[in-house]
Amino acid sequence: MNIGALLLRDKQADRVVPPTGYTAHLTLFVSGAMAFLAVFAMALSLASGRLADRWAEELARSATLRITAPADQRAAQTEAALAILKQTPGVARARALSDEEQAALLAPWFGQDLPLDALPVPRLIEVVAAEPGYDAAGLRLRLAAEVPGAVLDDHTRWRAPLVDAANSLRRLALISILLIAGAMAAMITLAANAALAANAQVIGVLRLVGARDRYIAGAFVRRFTLRALIGAAVGMVLGMVGVMLLPEASDEGGFLTGLGFRGLAWGLPLLIPLLGAIVAFAATWAAARRRLGELS
Amino acid sequence: MIELENVGYSYGGGELLSDVSVTLPPGSFHFLTGPSGSGKTTLLKLCYGALVPTAGRLCAFGKDMRTLDRDQMALLRRRIGVVHQDCQFLDHLKLAENIALPLVVSGRDTATEAGNLDELMQWVGLAARTDALPPELSGGERQRAALARAVIMSPDVVLADEPTGNVDWEMSQRLMQLLVELNRMGKTVLIATHDLGLIRATKSQVQTRVLRISNRRLQHAGADL
Repeated sequence: MNIGALLLRDKQADRVVPPTGYTAHLTLFVSGAMAFLAVFAMALSLASGRLADRWAEELARSATLRITAPADQRAAQTEAALAILKQTPGVARARALSDEEQAALLAPWFGQDLPLDALPVPRLIEVVAAEPGYDAAGLRLRLAAEVPGAVLDDHTRWRAPLVDAANSLRRLALISILLIAGAMAAMITLAANAALAANAQVIGVLRLVGARDRYIAGAFVRRFTLRALIGAAVGMVLGMVGVMLLPEASDEGGFLTGLGFRGLAWGLPLLIPLLGAIVAFAATWAAARRRLGELS
Repeated sequence: MIELENVGYSYGGGELLSDVSVTLPPGSFHFLTGPSGSGKTTLLKLCYGALVPTAGRLCAFGKDMRTLDRDQMALLRRRIGVVHQDCQFLDHLKLAENIALPLVVSGRDTATEAGNLDELMQWVGLAARTDALPPELSGGERQRAALARAVIMSPDVVLADEPTGNVDWEMSQRLMQLLVELNRMGKTVLIATHDLGLIRATKSQVQTRVLRISNRRLQHAGADL
C-alpha cells in the first residue's frame, strides 16, 4: 500500500463523504489536548533524564575526605592523606580546604562569627576523580592503615536514591507518553467508528458502484489524519508556549525548575503532531478495514 | 455473462433458493418474477456479489465469484449496473455528481466524460434536474437517476430490482423503454418484478425470457405466462 498516494488530497474522493460537524471538532480537540499533555510529559522526561545524568556525574566525580583527629595530629594526618591521594591512580585533584573555606561552609548553620579554632572541626579534603575514577574500596583500605582519622565519603549514599528518583520520574514520563498515544488511538478509533457508522449508507452506495475498499477507507483516513495533524500541531504549540513560560533553571528552585527543553531538544516536540498523525492514520485505517470487512 | 450452476442460498433460518441453474447470455433480456419474499432480490444480490451462494457455483464474466477478492469484486461491480427498488444516493451531492459517482470512484476523469453525462441525463429525461439534491427528487426521477448511474460506466450487464415499484404506469413504461433500448445496444438485462402486466407490455417490444421463482426453485417460464 502506497501511504503517500493514499494521503494525497483527492478533492473528489473527499467530497463523497459528507462533511461532519461535531465529530470533526472532537477529533481536533482530543488531538490538541493529547499533544499538549505530550509536550509536558516529554519535557518532564527530558528534564528528569538530565537531572539523573547530572547528579550521577557531578556527585560521582567528587568525593570528600574527612580527617577527624586530635588537633595536634590533624595537620600531619592531612599531609599524609594528601600524599596518599597524590599517589592514587584515578585521582585528578586533591586539595585540603582552608580554614576560611570551612568557615564559609559552616556559616549557614552556625553563623558568621564561629570561632573555628575553639571547635574540633575536622579537616576536609576535596577529591576530584579523573576519568576513569579511582578504586574507592582500595583507597579506603590504604587510608585506614595509614591515616586512622580519615573517612572517605564518595557520596554514593546520597547519589543512589536521587538518581533512582530521577530515573523513575523519567520512566513515568515515558509511560505517560505511551499512554497518551494509546488514549489518542482509542479515541480516534471511536470517532472513526462513529463516522463510519453514520456514513453506512454512503459506504454502501460507494461499494455498489464499484469503489474499492482503499478508496472508501482513504476518504475517511485522510480526513482523520489531517484533523489529528492540525489538532496536535495546535496543542503542541500551546504546550511549547506553556513550557517556555516555566521559570528558568535556578539553584534556588532546585530540581523543580529547569523542566523546559534545552537546545536541540526544542525540536523534539515537533515530532508530536507527526506521531499523532501516524496514530490517527493507523487507527482510522484499522477501523475502516474492520467496518468494510463486514460489508459485501 | 452470468452463469448459475445449482446455486443455493440459505440463511440462518432455512433455505431460500436451491438448485438454481440459469445462464444469462450476452445481449439477453430476462424477467425474474415470483411472489413477494420468494427470493428475487436475493437472486439478484447473488448475481452482483452482495451475497455469496451457500451451494453451487456462480460465474460472472467467466470467473467464479467465490474466488474474487474484495478489490476484484469492486472491479466486477463496475461491469454490472444495478438499479434498486429503493435506490440510494449520496444525499449531499448534486444529482449530476451522483450519476457520475461510478466514474469518480473508478478514477476516471469526469471532465472528459462530461459530454457523455449530459447525453445520459438527457436520455433519462433529467437534464433539467442536474443540480437537484437526491432528497428533492420524485420516485420516478430517482428510478431514472439510478438507471443512469447504473449505466454510466457502460456495463455489460444491467440488473434491476423492481425498478418500477414506486412509480406510476406511465413512468414504468418509460423506464422499461430505457431498459429495452439498453438491451438493443447489446447489454444483458435482468429485471426482477412481480408486475406481470409490465412483462406482457414489454414482450411486444423485445424478445424476453421469463424466469419464475416458486418453491425455492427457478422455473424457465419461457414464452407462456
